[in-house]
Amino acid sequence: MNYFLLSLIKAAVVAFVLLTTLAYLQWAERKVIAHIQVRVGPSRVGPHGLLQPVADIVKLLTKEDLIPPYVNKFLYLGAPMFAITMSLLSISVIPFGAGIHIFGDNTWMQLADLNIGVLFILAVSSVSVYGIALAGWASNNKYSLMGGLRSSAQMISYELPLSMAVAAPLLLANTLSLRQIVQHQEGYYLGFIPHWSIFQMPMPQIFSFVIFLTAAFAETNRIPFDLPEAENELVAGYHTEYSAMKFASFFMAEYSNMITVCCMTTTMFLGGWLPLWPAGAGSNYVPAIVFLLAGAISLYHGLNPVRRRDGFTLPVVAVVFFLLAAVFLVPVLKGALLPLFWFAAKTGALLFLFIWIRGTLPRFRYDQLMAFAWKVMFPVAVVNLLVTGLLVAAFS
Amino acid sequence: MDVILFLIFAAIAVVCGFNVVVQSHPISSAISLIGVMGSLAVLYLLLSAEFLAAAQVIVYAGAIMVLFVFVIMLLNAGAEIRRGRALLAQVLGIPLLFTFLGLMAYFAKNMFPGASDVRFGAFKHGTALDVGRALFTQYLLPFEVVSVLILIAILGAVVLAQKEME
Repeated sequence: MNYFLLSLIKAAVVAFVLLTTLAYLQWAERKVIAHIQVRVGPSRVGPHGLLQPVADIVKLLTKEDLIPPYVNKFLYLGAPMFAITMSLLSISVIPFGAGIHIFGDNTWMQLADLNIGVLFILAVSSVSVYGIALAGWASNNKYSLMGGLRSSAQMISYELPLSMAVAAPLLLANTLSLRQIVQHQEGYYLGFIPHWSIFQMPMPQIFSFVIFLTAAFAETNRIPFDLPEAENELVAGYHTEYSAMKFASFFMAEYSNMITVCCMTTTMFLGGWLPLWPAGAGSNYVPAIVFLLAGAISLYHGLNPVRRRDGFTLPVVAVVFFLLAAVFLVPVLKGALLPLFWFAAKTGALLFLFIWIRGTLPRFRYDQLMAFAWKVMFPVAVVNLLVTGLLVAAFS
Repeated sequence: MDVILFLIFAAIAVVCGFNVVVQSHPISSAISLIGVMGSLAVLYLLLSAEFLAAAQVIVYAGAIMVLFVFVIMLLNAGAEIRRGRALLAQVLGIPLLFTFLGLMAYFAKNMFPGASDVRFGAFKHGTALDVGRALFTQYLLPFEVVSVLILIAILGAVVLAQKEME
């Protein structure tokens, strides 16, 4: 099969999975936050509100698309498109899994392996601020303008510690290609401590991991750094004047940025698709066991239903989990699915952390935000980079 | 393929560059300038200078132009008012521009007589590895001098900003 067709298929699969994850991430966020706040969350549309994303999409598509007078038409319409394009673009260099053999062709579970992969993601994220800033300006509304201004100042400030934090693990891996960075993290110390960047000798990158994650919260405008859309100060910030699909574009861009950042953290610091402990110690059976346990739990709750409909829905869920567990035991599919499982598990854990923090922390004040970036994160990142460089130079 | 891409992005760069001057609103000019930076990055990519292309986008399009846009938005600068131009500028402007461009081309051709035509893909030393190695071996002194220069500029900016506050 030729390269072009294969790339087309891969792009279609990645786009489908990404957009589905986008829709259901929002459902997951609402559910998790609801449970943190002792509520039920979406529960009307479909079992456990599982069809809520579909209802949301229908609602947003059929809503009246208002364009306020006195806006700068060109920029007002262009900004959401730019935001969503930029946020969907960077997923193309993320490696999801190891090489696979498909249709008589060897290929990687990655759309494009650039030799400037890390720089590509940084470049895209540094340009994506225009979507928000110009939306705020073009809306011709003072709240929107304040949101746009805040977001550009915040993103410039946090880009600095972010890039510095990325540079340190790059010193260990000695490459800018994301796939080679993951391959460099293969192996185990003493047979069980993985070779991931956060554990790697001579300088474990725990500091830069924390800095990167914190800056990532700011770059994606998530609580506690969601100043650009602080609703009790700025109505809705930069997207105050947007409705229907144009609003949805910003919404999708935020969630897509979140997914990209989590994939990037997984790749740079948590060993990408590599398992937590060696295959010799049984890490290959983890997915099957996890899904079996999940199936058993839902079967138990299905047989002792709290609500009437649980008696029907939960056994169905249990069967789905059992089927998934069975799929992970098929030897032919193992090679392709195990790396994907580990990648998805790590990224999912990080996404859960994002949601968890949104349910836990209050918002920063604006001066605290700036002081934190320049007086705490930046110096720590610089010192971490210097120490890493020194140790790498001394031990190589 | 390379030539077609080159023509497309060179045209975009020229049109955007022209637009920077023509537009009356500072924000529109700034966005056109971002277009110039972006298409220049693509031209670097076509010449296989990957690192330079990424740095172009990160530094110019991503950092410097964001600051420009930020300042324009902060000052809330309105559209510029057009006044009538002087007679001399109206008559001599375009002929002088072409004379200047012609002179540039003449000097460029005379200064590098041995220069051969550009071939896409012929250059192989544009990776981050090559650029880094060149910067830290062959061009170490200029590199360090420039860093000190930039450091001085940063210190100057801090001093100026502090004076403003008091």
